[in-house]
Amino acid sequence: MARRPEHQAPPEIFYNEEEARKYTQNSRIIEIQGQMTERCIELLLLPEDSPCLLLDIGCGSGLSGTVLEENGHMWIGMDISRAMLDVAVERETEGDLVLADMGEGVPFRAGCFDGAVSVSAIQWLFNADKKSHNPIKRLNKFFTTLFAALSRSARAVFQFYPENETQLELLTAQAMKAGFYGGVVIDYPNSAKAKKFFLVLMTGGSAPLPQALGTEETDNGLQVKYAKREATRGARGKPLKNSRTWIMEKKERRRKQGKDTKPDTKYTGRKRSGRF
Amino acid sequence: MKLITHNMLTSKCLKGVVTGYPLAINATYVKVTEVGFDPEFIGRVIPKLDWEVLWVAADSIGHSEGLPKTLEPKFEENEEFLKKAHRVLLEVEVEEGHLTCPESGRQFPISKGIPNMLLNEAEVQ
Repeated sequence: MARRPEHQAPPEIFYNEEEARKYTQNSRIIEIQGQMTERCIELLLLPEDSPCLLLDIGCGSGLSGTVLEENGHMWIGMDISRAMLDVAVERETEGDLVLADMGEGVPFRAGCFDGAVSVSAIQWLFNADKKSHNPIKRLNKFFTTLFAALSRSARAVFQFYPENETQLELLTAQAMKAGFYGGVVIDYPNSAKAKKFFLVLMTGGSAPLPQALGTEETDNGLQVKYAKREATRGARGKPLKNSRTWIMEKKERRRKQGKDTKPDTKYTGRKRSGRF
Repeated sequence: MKLITHNMLTSKCLKGVVTGYPLAINATYVKVTEVGFDPEFIGRVIPKLDWEVLWVAADSIGHSEGLPKTLEPKFEENEEFLKKAHRVLLEVEVEEGHLTCPESGRQFPISKGIPNMLLNEAEVQ
């Protein structure tokens, strides 16, 4: 697996001018960020056809903001990297930008946003880049101030890359402590590449978590799973163990090796009757 | 920085600051860019704003002309008013200057239209 940027340097240093430019010119990154933002908007469940005011946490060069604009929303972005924000200004995004550290709190008045999105940013909060940084304290500060800044019934959706199970637990526990409802939605859990984690947080009332993508077959239970396993076994060229075809193949192989083998009859591989 | 952002921005993340609102604007360069007018969005966002703060902010950078000091009822139907509000909220941008916290007096510089709200270690709660 590629080295995680979080392990290389603090975000304000890692995303320097060069990295910011590289990031925004890479068509693959642009496409993936766009797709993930689309999915975030879907998970936000905003009222249909009405323009909303959204907060983009870790907006960077505004790649996600562009998608928000295309969907007709106004956005305000915050990011810790000056270089990334400079690129956003150059790209002439419609949203407004603020240079701020999410671990120090969300610097907005109570109840002003209809929703919040964040694409590949929140994993940075697990780092302690300075001596004074305490990840748990920063997470707590971030979630409590975010909860205040959202209007009631608003949602916050974070796409992120957790490093391990503990990070997932810590993140959801801190969000619940701040008053959010919700949890993690994992899209395509069985795929190594397409697998994506979304933390979906709700401010008002608990509603069922949205269905993750690529998990439809798990609903049909064990039966289907086994049927699928047997089908793949046949496709690989080896018959099911202890079946008649398996025995015939085994005998054939013995004959080819010149070993003493009983002839094939109608009784070969047949179950004994109950009378025996 | 647009005035819609200013209307929501606080300095409450500072240690010892309770509300940190509204931040005073000290602008050295103000720019006006044209933005597509969406009456529905403006109508939706106005109830969330602190109108008095918006008026004072617009006045302090010299763009309060024609803007009523108080909100009239049924403003959603007044297209002319919505257009004025749109202009002040989204088109007028503070490019250079600084914001001042009303409680601690801490200044936050604005450069290239981006307010710098980063705190140093001693200021974090």
